[in-house]
Amino acid sequence: MFFAATLAILIAMGLALARALMGPTVYDRVLAVNTFGTKTVLLIALLGFLTGRPDFLDISLVYALINFIGTIAVLKLIKYGDLGTVGHAPKGEP
Amino acid sequence: MQILLDIVSWVLLLAGSAFALIGAVGLIRFPDVYARMHASGITDTLGAGLILAGMMIQGGFTLVTAKLILILIFLLFTSPTSTYALANAAYSRGLQPLLGGPEPDPAALEAADPASAIPGQAESGSVGSVSGEDKSS
Repeated sequence: MFFAATLAILIAMGLALARALMGPTVYDRVLAVNTFGTKTVLLIALLGFLTGRPDFLDISLVYALINFIGTIAVLKLIKYGDLGTVGHAPKGEP
Repeated sequence: MQILLDIVSWVLLLAGSAFALIGAVGLIRFPDVYARMHASGITDTLGAGLILAGMMIQGGFTLVTAKLILILIFLLFTSPTSTYALANAAYSRGLQPLLGGPEPDPAALEAADPASAIPGQAESGSVGSVSGEDKSS
């Protein structure tokens, strides 16, 4: 049963990768990579259960955090062109 | 009792897998960035939640379940934040949501991603025809 879930996650990862390759705008690509990272977290956890070694959950936990930080960093790089700026949005008062 | 727990966890795992697949198909087929964010939210909430719940039932009351709960909490905090940041970046860049009309604005697409024309055509002819179908339908 873990095998079926792993297979479904792998197919979904393939579809997300296809969207990341053919996305028209750069935001499509960022969104697809973010979804791909979420599915990677699930895949690592499922592989730990599938092979009987739940120690992989630590890697999965770290990957969830790195995925979030990476997405935010890529978005800041796209928006300001520089990771070091203390930028404000041009028209985005909340 | 063990059989009952196994059945419940299998049902949760299969439902989570189905939601992950539905989210991925929506990510392929929806016409707009904002609609694709909607599809990706299915994977982040119900897909991840149900799959992790199924694994929690298999883990029992151990450290494994505590780690799974931590993963679920991290996912539930970070995925709305990153989706909000993505929508905010796309909208403040001038990418308008697709309202009614089937054709996205090519000028907005060009302005939002100047590098998209370079790798697209050369390596993926079939992919280009699929996105052409999307726009015409």
